Amino acid sequence: MIKRLFIANRGEIALRIIRTAQRLGITTILGASQADATSLPALQSDEVAIVGPAPSNQSYLDVDAVIAAAKASRADAIHPGYGFLSENARFAQAAADAGIVFVGPDISSLNAMGDKLMARKVGIEAGLPVVPGGEAADKDAALARAEETGFPVLLKAVSGGGGKGMRRVDRAEDLSAEIDTAMAEAQASFGDPRIYVERFIASGRHVEVQVLGDGKTAIHLGTRDCSIQRRFQKLVEEAPAPAIPDDKRAAIEEAAVRLTRHLNYKGAGTVEMLVDAETFDFYFLEMNARIQVEHPVTEAITGVDLIEQQILIADGNPLGIRQNDLLPVGHAIEVRINAEDPDADFRPSPGTITRAAWPAGPGIRVDTHIATGGKVPPFYDSLIGKLIVHAATREEAVAKLGMALATMAIEGITTTAGLHAKIAADEAFRKGGVDTRFFKEFAS
Amino acid sequence: MSKLPLTPEAVSEIVAIIDGSGYDRLDIRTDAFRLRLDRGSTEGGSTGGWTQDWAFSETEATAGGEKVAAVEQLPDGLLAVAAPLPGAFYRSPQPGAPPFVEVGDTVDENTVVGIIETMKLMNPVHAGCAGTIEKVVVENSEMVDGGVTIMHVRPA
Repeated sequence: MIKRLFIANRGEIALRIIRTAQRLGITTILGASQADATSLPALQSDEVAIVGPAPSNQSYLDVDAVIAAAKASRADAIHPGYGFLSENARFAQAAADAGIVFVGPDISSLNAMGDKLMARKVGIEAGLPVVPGGEAADKDAALARAEETGFPVLLKAVSGGGGKGMRRVDRAEDLSAEIDTAMAEAQASFGDPRIYVERFIASGRHVEVQVLGDGKTAIHLGTRDCSIQRRFQKLVEEAPAPAIPDDKRAAIEEAAVRLTRHLNYKGAGTVEMLVDAETFDFYFLEMNARIQVEHPVTEAITGVDLIEQQILIADGNPLGIRQNDLLPVGHAIEVRINAEDPDADFRPSPGTITRAAWPAGPGIRVDTHIATGGKVPPFYDSLIGKLIVHAATREEAVAKLGMALATMAIEGITTTAGLHAKIAADEAFRKGGVDTRFFKEFAS
Repeated sequence: MSKLPLTPEAVSEIVAIIDGSGYDRLDIRTDAFRLRLDRGSTEGGSTGGWTQDWAFSETEATAGGEKVAAVEQLPDGLLAVAAPLPGAFYRSPQPGAPPFVEVGDTVDENTVVGIIETMKLMNPVHAGCAGTIEKVVVENSEMVDGGVTIMHVRPA
């Protein structure tokens, strides 16, 4: 039985994990950097262990420091949250070596989904469709691949994530220069210059499936649509993915479960698909072997606490939910409130929050670590909170979102709340089912 | 304090109850926290939504008390290069690489003299004025607040 849970993360997700763990009667220990020692998660956790100084490479990303702090605090399990060390196989191994349960999938699953090429290979093995393309060791190989798949193509970093190292190339004559840039970016961001080439799907939607597995069996908790992105960073997410025919949605969900079973996957995961917005053909992209930022929209429509499920599965329990038990209700939308200035090219806006009046009321959930007087330090990413609305229909959810955004007030820093209010009022968004080009057109 | 004073579900229930009443505000203050619920209104009238504003004694005490960067005395006749935003200041593009500028170098408005890392993004620092670098005030990798003087420039 997990009794002492070490949370190797910060911000809203740390507070989110603390809430569920405390409800389950588990003692929580927050592994915080010095900059976060008086943050809201630190105030709310039962205990705090300082893992290092403010910069994340000396604290939240330092495997040895985090493991040492977890051992010193007598933790019997570690929840890694998302980002930081959440999908780091060496971290999971170090936890296992220290006799501490890693609340996440087995190391074999982390390795199988560790880089995009490996994920692609595993996807093919599991019988999932993938976007035409493949690895390119050098420029000649990349050019040959591009000619196979046809232009435009997308260059992607093998070890990539978060949109870094991704480039679209429309013409053969641009390929050489773009490959140089993509490889340099990949090397700088991930220490791995390898890239691969994929056919660029002009009108694509980012649809993902939440899955749970216990190593033997697996279920899905429906789809999420995350097509509204800026430079491959998600801004708005909703569940279920709107405007997809039922048979196509079922095929996407079935494929995700097939992959989860193929991996004998243990824990919560997300299978990402690229869906052609016109034909609804879908291609497997990758699987995120962790909790996702946007997990609350799935929780809203299914009533399942995904953090609780992660803890139960990590504790060795068989899956307690059957596919037929799940009856998703209504529609949920999440917007990410970031400390960024949308009018100044999304420049970061750290500082002290002089007033944080978040929306409240039935059908509204706010996951945030920011209260009035709270600080947004300059060391970490810019997410200060997530606003999640849930209603019987998508139309009602969009209306509720607009109302909540009009009411909230965050003062002291600049946030993306106003931008989201404009998106909520946008005609194409209100109609539903926009593709990944939406934000660029919206912003121009 | 180790337990949350009220769950999000409890807050939603309270909002549902006072929404049906004639009250527009609820202000709860204890030793540990203050929660203000407010019937949202803008200049255009009520939005129909409520807000929750939490403050915790530990964090509220520091609100408004943000440390202000020491004002660096700018010697007469010199110009200042200011940090465009708070973060870690770096003099060179990557560890081990030569600095963008050294004392004695000539710069113009657009010369990049350093970078500031904020929220995982690298932001260039432009000189913003023309002249010669007289002094580099901030150490490499030091944390700076926005607006702090990083370098002195003798105008051309």
